[in-house]
Amino acid sequence: MDIQLSNINHSYDKFEVLRDINLDIPTGKIICIVGPSGCGKSTLLRLIGGLEQPTSGQVLQLGNAPAGCLNPLTYIFQDFALLPWRTVQGNISLVLEDHGIRGAELQKIIDDVLARTKLTDFANALPKQLSGGMKQRVAIARALAVKPAVMLMDEPLSALDSQTRELLMDDLVSLWSRTPFTAVYVTHNLAEAVRLGHSIVVLSRRPGEIREIVKVDKPLSERKHGDTDLEAQQKYLWDLMRDEARAADAELLNV
Amino acid sequence: MSDLKNTRPVKFRGGGFAPTSRRWVGFVVFAVLIALAEIGTQTGFITALTLPKPSDVLQTFIDLYNSGLLFTHAVPSLTRLAVGSAMGISVGIMVGVMIGLFSYVRAGLVPLVAAIFPIPKIALLPLFVIWFGIDEGSKYALIALGTFTPTVVATYGAVDNVDRTLIRMGQSFGLSWMSIVRKIVLPGAMPGILSGLRISLAIGIILLVAAEMLGAEHGIGAYILEAGSLYDLERLFAGVVMLSVLGVVVSMAIGVVERRVLRWRS
Repeated sequence: MDIQLSNINHSYDKFEVLRDINLDIPTGKIICIVGPSGCGKSTLLRLIGGLEQPTSGQVLQLGNAPAGCLNPLTYIFQDFALLPWRTVQGNISLVLEDHGIRGAELQKIIDDVLARTKLTDFANALPKQLSGGMKQRVAIARALAVKPAVMLMDEPLSALDSQTRELLMDDLVSLWSRTPFTAVYVTHNLAEAVRLGHSIVVLSRRPGEIREIVKVDKPLSERKHGDTDLEAQQKYLWDLMRDEARAADAELLNV
Repeated sequence: MSDLKNTRPVKFRGGGFAPTSRRWVGFVVFAVLIALAEIGTQTGFITALTLPKPSDVLQTFIDLYNSGLLFTHAVPSLTRLAVGSAMGISVGIMVGVMIGLFSYVRAGLVPLVAAIFPIPKIALLPLFVIWFGIDEGSKYALIALGTFTPTVVATYGAVDNVDRTLIRMGQSFGLSWMSIVRKIVLPGAMPGILSGLRISLAIGIILLVAAEMLGAEHGIGAYILEAGSLYDLERLFAGVVMLSVLGVVVSMAIGVVERRVLRWRS
């Protein structure tokens, strides 16, 4: 199942946020979206998943979601969005209960996703007992449980410290290497973008337009922290963005 | 910097502003106040007309218990409080959740609730007597109305404060509207609803006594009124003690519920 964005424009009142976005999201690839703060990255992600409607243009789903997929477009949020009153297990079962999955089948899915995210020992812990990295792993497990066709990740590692971020990037890469998934990954961190993205979409500052789409050809599993070619690409992205990032930083917020 | 004569530890300034559990202090305050009253009345420093001796009040209480009158008065009062506040609180939570969820209900009912809230409910008792009869009905209605308004206000405030990102999360996973309300909104609003209950139930106790004073054969309020009109201070205080104990018990009961239901909040 591919996703296609055609001629997306979006404004809040008279405030133009996104302009003329055309983008293809092919199956099995991770697309990273980077851009200066306030350029509409997260808005774009909300449009893709149907949490917001574009002012004009369309988000198209090409083909059907694969069989067994419970929630084709599934988000992973920056602030994890776990229910604090439910255990790790309960948070995962929350998104399955509504699909009529009960009993042994429910437990089988939960055990499977917990094993894949190395959380089996923490099934009965409450979110407040977990570190930030663990909370995000729970959110990833929850997303995997509904067998998404496309994962929509909104700065999933931005609330974590840099060491945890490294560990979680490795986890994401190994998850992808075992079963390639489709993902749109919004981030402001260029290092994350070059580590995880098959292609990187650079947005301009507001109103966000696509400035360039940078391909990273090296296979995900061969990318390492501190690779020189990745750093060269990261520098290239930064050179593209630096002036706009500075201008965006100096802008008054109009919200 | 290396002036050794002037070496001293950095002064600690980070104390206070962090409430911790000190259970026994409450009892000590009670005990000291009662002991002072007892000493004062025994020595004659406080005259018998100003304040009854705490020991006499205790004796009255024991007599009340032995004669069985304690239950004659306490049982109807507790029933009224339980029935009336159960009605008021359950309807109040329902209406509060609706106000929190639907803009039209909010626009329509918030002004109405604001209009009802400040009415001294006791002023409506004659009306309730006509509507619901002189018996239990009017007392239930009065307590129900009294607990209803604060519950509504607390509940919709609590629903407003539920983390919106959790609701978005529910929507993004395709949860049904009912599931979002039942599994995300209600548990998220629970802390606010429970702290509203403390206020509602205290108001319920006040109205219970007022209603019983205006027309009841048995009940703590009727007992206090009777003692008061005879200037029987021992019995009056025995009645007041019953009310205080009731208040403390209710507050403790909510505390227990909070600890059980809100265990996730550390």
